[in-house]
Amino acid sequence: MSTRRDFIKIAATGLGGLALGAGSVAWFRGTSRWAETAAKAAAGFQGRFPTYCEICFWSCAGWTYTDEEGRITRITGNAGDPHCNGRLCPRGTGGVGAYYDEDRLRTPLIRKEINGKQEFVPAGWDEALDLVAERLKEISRKHGPESIALFNHGSPGDHFGHLLKAMGSNNIAAPSFAQCRGPRDTGWYVTFGTGVGSPEPTDIRDTRCLVLIGSHIGENMHNGQVQEMADAIDRGATLITVDPRFSTAASKSRFWLPIKPSTDLALLMAWIHVLIYEELYNRDYVERYTYGFDLLKEHVRNMTPEWAYGITTLQPALIRETARQMADAAPSVIVHPGRHVTWYGDDTQRTRAIAILNALLGSWGSRGGFYFAESVQVPDYPHPEYPTPAWSWQDLQREKYPLAGLAVSNVLVEASLKETEESRRIRAWIVAGTNLPLTIPLKKTLQQAMQDVEFMVVVDTMPMEITGYADVVLPECTYLERYDTLRSSAHREPNIALRMPAAEPMYDSKPSWWMAKQLGERLGLGSYFNYKDYTDVLEWQLQQLGTSLEEMKKTGVKKFPRTSGPLYFQKGENYTFNTNTGKIELYATELAATGYDPMPVYTPHEEPPPGYYRLIYGRAPMHTFSRTANNPNLTDLMDQNDVWVNPRVARLWGLENGQYVHLKNPEGIVSSFPIRVRITERIRWDSVYMVHGFGHSWKKLSRAYGKGANDTELMSKVTIDPVMGGTGMRGNFVTFVTEEPVAKEVES
Amino acid sequence: MRYAMAIDTKKCVGCSDCVVACQTENNVPIGYCRDWVTESVTGTYPLVEIEIRSERCNHCDNAPCVRCCPTGASHIVEGGVVMVTHNKCIGCGACIQSCPYDARYSHPEGYVDKCTFCHHRLVEGGRPACVEVCPTRCMYFGDLDQPQSEVSQILARRKWKVLAPEAGTRPQVYFLV
Amino acid sequence: MKEELFVSGRNIPNIDPHLNIWHWQIPLYLFLGGLAAGLIFYAGLYTILNKEKEFPTAVKLASFIAPPALVIGLFMLFLDLKHKMYFWQLYTTFRIESPMSWGAWTLMAITPLSFIWSASYLKEVVPGWDWKNKWLDRFEAWVIAYRKQLAWVLVVLAIILGIYTGILLSAFNARPLWNTSILGFLFLTSGLSTGAATIMWMSKNHTERKVFGRIDFLLIVIELFFITHMLMGFQASTEVQIQAASLFLGGDFTVSFWVFVIVLGLVFPGVLEVLEIRGYRIPVAIPALCILIGGLIFRFIMVEAGQVTRYLY
Repeated sequence: MSTRRDFIKIAATGLGGLALGAGSVAWFRGTSRWAETAAKAAAGFQGRFPTYCEICFWSCAGWTYTDEEGRITRITGNAGDPHCNGRLCPRGTGGVGAYYDEDRLRTPLIRKEINGKQEFVPAGWDEALDLVAERLKEISRKHGPESIALFNHGSPGDHFGHLLKAMGSNNIAAPSFAQCRGPRDTGWYVTFGTGVGSPEPTDIRDTRCLVLIGSHIGENMHNGQVQEMADAIDRGATLITVDPRFSTAASKSRFWLPIKPSTDLALLMAWIHVLIYEELYNRDYVERYTYGFDLLKEHVRNMTPEWAYGITTLQPALIRETARQMADAAPSVIVHPGRHVTWYGDDTQRTRAIAILNALLGSWGSRGGFYFAESVQVPDYPHPEYPTPAWSWQDLQREKYPLAGLAVSNVLVEASLKETEESRRIRAWIVAGTNLPLTIPLKKTLQQAMQDVEFMVVVDTMPMEITGYADVVLPECTYLERYDTLRSSAHREPNIALRMPAAEPMYDSKPSWWMAKQLGERLGLGSYFNYKDYTDVLEWQLQQLGTSLEEMKKTGVKKFPRTSGPLYFQKGENYTFNTNTGKIELYATELAATGYDPMPVYTPHEEPPPGYYRLIYGRAPMHTFSRTANNPNLTDLMDQNDVWVNPRVARLWGLENGQYVHLKNPEGIVSSFPIRVRITERIRWDSVYMVHGFGHSWKKLSRAYGKGANDTELMSKVTIDPVMGGTGMRGNFVTFVTEEPVAKEVES
Repeated sequence: MRYAMAIDTKKCVGCSDCVVACQTENNVPIGYCRDWVTESVTGTYPLVEIEIRSERCNHCDNAPCVRCCPTGASHIVEGGVVMVTHNKCIGCGACIQSCPYDARYSHPEGYVDKCTFCHHRLVEGGRPACVEVCPTRCMYFGDLDQPQSEVSQILARRKWKVLAPEAGTRPQVYFLV
Repeated sequence: MKEELFVSGRNIPNIDPHLNIWHWQIPLYLFLGGLAAGLIFYAGLYTILNKEKEFPTAVKLASFIAPPALVIGLFMLFLDLKHKMYFWQLYTTFRIESPMSWGAWTLMAITPLSFIWSASYLKEVVPGWDWKNKWLDRFEAWVIAYRKQLAWVLVVLAIILGIYTGILLSAFNARPLWNTSILGFLFLTSGLSTGAATIMWMSKNHTERKVFGRIDFLLIVIELFFITHMLMGFQASTEVQIQAASLFLGGDFTVSFWVFVIVLGLVFPGVLEVLEIRGYRIPVAIPALCILIGGLIFRFIMVEAGQVTRYLY
């Protein structure tokens, strides 16, 4: 096995002996060869089939419709599903595009060296799985099963996680923790004794005031939250949005606070100051449920709106007014914790400030604030106990990030470098459903780690950039073509949803459960996969829950009565929180004990050098970053990102609307592809904005290749959150390059 | 019976679900669309306003596209829905020229195509796909001749506007503002 | 600043960023149709005025150009159709509100009639022509007997043919550049002008040339008047029309419009006509060619610029 890993672009010839019709992107009723293949594969299916979406974590339950010839035509929402209430978001509706995307991975691929050059050679499943099992076995034998790590996002993680645990490793990381929501879960945990939860238990439909600070609901298409926000607007709820950009949510808000970027913590502390010193806080709630009020009061004595004005550029009167609005609506108020919160490295503290604010308002556990979600405990299909790993991710991060509740992906990446101490080194990666090069901003470390790792197997539906680094690529079929674990996520009413295939897997792709089982059997772990078909597992689990596969196929979703108690605190109810003091800790004893600031302290962050602008990134409602960047239906809506430039800045640089420019950061890194300029009043003059997930460098992603710019490649500055290891990415700056830069080898 | 649609710009977030749903419901070829979402931005930072609109054929009461069609392919059916009979259309493009809303396009198969208010669903008592899918529930549809229909009620309650009223087309897609 | 943009990535072929449904086939037809209308009009007019002898080219010779012009024009229209196999649907109905329907039926009537008209003069123009068919001979005699009535019909049809395209375009209030009631008259005048220019060019008869030179001059003046009136009307009208007019007053079509249509196509031949009247000898090909080219380019510009303009909201 070659020790140096060349980045291999999956070329058309490498995709198996299937002669490709000249890549015609005909709509599915066209006659291109893959459409015929799809039709044949789908023969035998008719009607509608329950499923839950895999395009984003919201996992809305829906129905996949097929026509008389069994071809998938459209997907709609399941009316009984509390996640979507019968209406999918544009990505869910566009899920058919993921199924019909002709750029999909079709066969397993094995990296082989041919004539001194590394190439992907299409292989059969037996050959590929044998190789994976053999390598994993070898590495496990030599270095212990703990040296195998899994990076995952979405459903595949359920199956490969089970496999890894059966092997005896616990090193499973989802980048969504350290690259996305980790800080807020830690911040919440040290305050309320529990993480925020996913989906967030925000009672938006009953709220009287919704405060969005670093959340852009409406552009982030978290279906249930967008729906409930629309309900709230209908009912006249007050929306307060804090954003340097005039987001869609800002356009629907009664108050938009155009804050100077990176100064949010000052605003939050000033709000806390106003609530305390104007005695607007929820007295009863604070007295009953919180600890550390007096310490907090003293701490924020000098954090006045006037002080915050100098930092945030927000008028003191506005800060006071919005604080009063929140208090007025309390406890039916939500200061939204946000979701992607890895910004400047002090993110745990900033989200803690949000938690404190919510506690002062009494929104946690109140109607119109946060409800107590409950999920169904789906019983584990019987299997032998998992072996206890000799070491795990906790050992890797215990000292550095004691309060990180989940594995920090960048820690596992660093532990894969060859300099790592022998006994704690990760030597093999399974990557399932996440495109690491566009996800993890520490480009150099990631590149080096991918070289140092001895074996990497990537499971994906599309030839995303990560597949170019794999030793073996296993093509997964889309969610429309497979059974999967039951969805059981926390909501107002506990519920489960069934995923069922509406068509046979296209080409030679396979579901993750099958891959995991096949690997398990080859690894001698067949006892952990003691079933023939995944329907056996589902049938057993559903029987345990008092229903059946038959019933679930008809309804798709089943709700269960709550057993953990009411949605909200009852009046006068006492409650013990899972914290050191048993109360909501306004003063975080856990942080104090581990040597961090027990109450948030504002620290100024780096500002852009002259001629540079802060790089702000976000979402578009019709995309889920890489996952949909090649989807034909969704690229039809948006096929590239734009860079938002304030008109004053555009005048300075002589930029015109629609012009293409390259972006360069102070470290000299230039974006691989040019990005189109949108001159708009919606962005501050000190920042530029773009949607994340574009700028793909793979030609095989025929619709995504070269479209727009990749913001991740411009993020040279990453500030690590000392509390939980999150990678703060908003401290990056860019300038414009209007001439065509010297052509260079494009590699992701 | 007079079908009409009302869309609440205060709730619309511009997610374009209506566009994708229409596409999968009506087999609209990729690269074409029967409905689309526009955004108008006015003001100067930080005093900015935006209006987001989901637009489509307005099924006008005084439809110029029906008047100018030389073969009668472009016609109005019960409920005021403007439809195109594919095998009567010669593809001359006059109707495309006549629409102030640029709602029509030339389908690759040769005939002129546009939004049909999902007529095939209306005759079964359903509603257009875009209305059914909208996550913010900002789209209302129904019979204007029925005072109890949701669209009659919302238009009575809220301020609304239509697009280019001065064109004299009497459009039947209303935007709540 | 104000922004108007598509959020959903709309980029329909031939519709965005601006309409481009009608390509070169349409302006070419407009030119040929206008030319044929002019030629047939004069042929009919001078027959009615009993001046066949004084204007032989107008009545007999130049009218030979009309049938092929109409046929080529019709073929252009057919080429432009996107659903060609159904073109016959045009003739299954007459829709009184649709100028295009008027045009379809007018063309259906005038084309064979123009063939018949020219065919009836074949014996005079082509020496030794013989139909070699008893029925055709009889038919020819019948046509010759009823020439006057045929001329009336042709004059009416020619006027409709010359004006209906302008009315068709002006009925699209969604295309502000076309939405002026002057357009019909402008097209008719232009058609008559190109017809006159052709006759003037082809004629070997001095008187005929002089008369048609004068007619052309008069038509040029009228056309200039119409164009001025049209632009003034746009400027005094609503925002969409002000924007439409700006295409010719500083916008993308300014140079081509003023140089090729106004100067080359109207003013220059007009000046040459004045010189001719004053007694200078001008080779007749020059003003005639200029008028024809100007007429053709005028239609190209109008069709393309009209599709650029749109309703603003």
